[in-house]
Amino acid sequence: MKKALQILTFALLLAGLFTSVAIAQDDTPTDDEVNAVAKQLYCPVCENTPLDVCPTEACRQWRELIRSQLSEGMTEQQIKDYFVANYGARVLSEPPRTGLNWLVYILPPAIILLGAFFLFRSFREWTKASATAATISAERSEIEASSPAKDDYVARLEEELKKRK
Amino acid sequence: MFAEFGYGVLLVSLIVAIYSGIAAVNGALNKSAATVESARRAMLLTFPLISIAAGTLIYLLVNDHYEVAFVYEVTSRSMPTYLKITAWWGGQAGSLVFWSWLLAVFTSAVTLRKWDRDIEFLPWVILVSSVTLTFFLGMTAFFENPFARYWVTNGNVAPSMFAPAGATLFTPQDGQGLNPLLRHPGMVIHPPMLYLGFVSFVIPYAFAMAALITGRTDDRWIRITRRWALWAWLFLSFGLVLGGRWAYDVLGWGGYWGWDPVEIAAFMPWLTGTAFLHSVMIQEKRGLLKHWNMILIILTYALVIFGTFLTRSGVLSSVHAFANSPIGPFFMGFVSLTLVASVALVIWRWPILRSETEMKSMLSREALFLLNNLLFISILVVCFWGVIFPLVSELFTGQKVTVGPPFYERATAPLFSGLLFLMAIAPLSAWGHSTVQTLGRAIWKSAAAALVVVVALFFTYTKNIGALVGFFLVALALFATTHEFWRGARARQKTQGENFFTALSRLMGRNRRRYGGYIIHISMALMAIGILGIEIFQKETQGALAQGEQLNVGDYTVEYRELASWDSAGEGVNHTRAVVDVYENGVYLGELNPRIDYYFDSQQNMTIPGQRSTLRDDLYILLVDWQPVSSAGATFKIFVNPLVNWLWIGSLVFLLGVIFAAWPDNDPNEETARRSVTRSNRQPSAAD
Repeated sequence: MKKALQILTFALLLAGLFTSVAIAQDDTPTDDEVNAVAKQLYCPVCENTPLDVCPTEACRQWRELIRSQLSEGMTEQQIKDYFVANYGARVLSEPPRTGLNWLVYILPPAIILLGAFFLFRSFREWTKASATAATISAERSEIEASSPAKDDYVARLEEELKKRK
Repeated sequence: MFAEFGYGVLLVSLIVAIYSGIAAVNGALNKSAATVESARRAMLLTFPLISIAAGTLIYLLVNDHYEVAFVYEVTSRSMPTYLKITAWWGGQAGSLVFWSWLLAVFTSAVTLRKWDRDIEFLPWVILVSSVTLTFFLGMTAFFENPFARYWVTNGNVAPSMFAPAGATLFTPQDGQGLNPLLRHPGMVIHPPMLYLGFVSFVIPYAFAMAALITGRTDDRWIRITRRWALWAWLFLSFGLVLGGRWAYDVLGWGGYWGWDPVEIAAFMPWLTGTAFLHSVMIQEKRGLLKHWNMILIILTYALVIFGTFLTRSGVLSSVHAFANSPIGPFFMGFVSLTLVASVALVIWRWPILRSETEMKSMLSREALFLLNNLLFISILVVCFWGVIFPLVSELFTGQKVTVGPPFYERATAPLFSGLLFLMAIAPLSAWGHSTVQTLGRAIWKSAAAALVVVVALFFTYTKNIGALVGFFLVALALFATTHEFWRGARARQKTQGENFFTALSRLMGRNRRRYGGYIIHISMALMAIGILGIEIFQKETQGALAQGEQLNVGDYTVEYRELASWDSAGEGVNHTRAVVDVYENGVYLGELNPRIDYYFDSQQNMTIPGQRSTLRDDLYILLVDWQPVSSAGATFKIFVNPLVNWLWIGSLVFLLGVIFAAWPDNDPNEETARRSVTRSNRQPSAAD
């Protein structure tokens, strides 16, 4: 039993060794692994071209740089930081969330919310105004309110058809 | 000789354009029909004049006059004649002439219409067109002159229109040639389409301004320009789609839209234009939102000018480029000036633009249209701010930043989903009034069917929540819209006793605008399928392969067979073409040929993917790199783009829909019949 355990341990160790050898042999990061990082970066020289698809020679070399950085064990974040440190924030696909850059994230939703607020306020006013009007001509609004979409549609359709006959 | 002639004609057309504007105002203010007529004839004259200038430019392009700087920049001896002609809009100076020419065409067409009772609009329409035309012609005459030639003075070569003292003309042997990326057929017709769209939007804007100035605030200006706006929208949309297709075919990144500032520049007027097309219906049917429609068409015009400027100048790359661009400040000045003037007109006329009726319910069709407008404008805000922000950042902090796809995708995805949802429910709501009950009754069947689709997709295709929500909205819009066709045809079938298909075709034929609109909605839903597919399910892989080696992605296996490289001397191109075998789940499908073309004149590469396209997905293979000596190994990038074909199918359906809606009616009674219906719809509210 003890011997069996020893053999098993030995076998496991051996297997572990082989796999680590295999990993060591296959240590160069694949193109896909490089692209996964390059995709998140923008070419520092061309305008608005992601690094993973940029066809220039410069970008090819940057991709090779990413490959060697990956094989040195750098993380995605470290590589991105390296590129930002060397080429500026423009290599990121979005502005970093610091200082003035917050404006890019905050302004559109703020304007949209403001627009929505104004729209709904106007709705309220309009509907209120028409409610007062409705009391004056209650009869008419009731007719309108009681005609559901479908019937109204068919009625209108028929009316149009009659006119064209 | 020809260059001077062309330039001279350009100057004359500029003077004529200025005259027509001045005469128009004069005639209107002094109530002199003869002066207005003179302005109209001057406007008509700009068309032949600019045609002659453009013809001269084309002559120079086709006949290799490389002493002309513009000709040198966009053509070369190896280019075929048709490409030399289309190089007309291949560079900034030429495309400004092209823009002016299109504007002259449209303005001439519009001044030739029967004016009858709209005659009061005429001078002001001429004025707006003439101001716009003057601006563009002025740009070409003084800042971006396509006729400027190269001169040598003391060994320095510089372009200028007239010979500097002691200079001799310099004629390069050959031109630089058009950027190879722009030689693709999609790119040859993409700019004219966009420009057609851009320029046609000037006409509704001109009428809107005329309506403001004359104080005629009924919806007449909208009725006159409805078809213009529709055609403008068609061309703009088609231009955008062509641009996408071009990007997909030649840019070699496996996509069709990269949220590049140049793309967004063309997309922004489309957004306001689409909002405009929807909201004018509220004004026509209910007499509401007159201010808002004015603001939308003004915005569209401003964005058209802005977009024309952005797409050609590359100024967005930095504050520097903007300041150095000779025309940058002028464009901005013109956009600001027209914007301020137009808004001032709206404010001046604010009181008489009051609505004729009120909104009655938050679920009425007009309310939902407003919501639709809010969403379109929200997308515009995101786009505009994203495009502008890098400049703002550089200006205030000196830091250059990129605003890329993740920003836009995150911000616009919910807004586009909202639009899909509105597309499903808004056509079911009634003008004037709807309630949750009436809407619910109208939509529950479609919603149930869409739910069934989503459940089926959940078990067979994807468990991605975002995708399922997207597909639900697409299915809802598709079912709700087709249900509308069915319901309308059935109603007609009952009342008229026709068979279903006769009923359907007559129903559609008599109501082109509505059913054209529904066809467009269906096309949008189809396009959304393609967008969801490629955005959410795209797979990619890349690898260097030796001959006989394979790469797997999804169900596909790609095997590298061979590679060849050769010059095709006549065209000045080197082709490198790989042959790969494609298998799906082990079954041989055929070979594909990704290739790279190298253009000697412009020293640029063009990557042509090998594509295998089906309704289910596209296999898209790019040749990235190869070993030049042995050609034994090559690197490929392979994309699987699910469902992307639906985007192109949707585009074709879209074209059909717009043409259907915008096609001139055969039935002359149609217009009057529709008007009487509109009037009867409006009556109750008018009486309030």
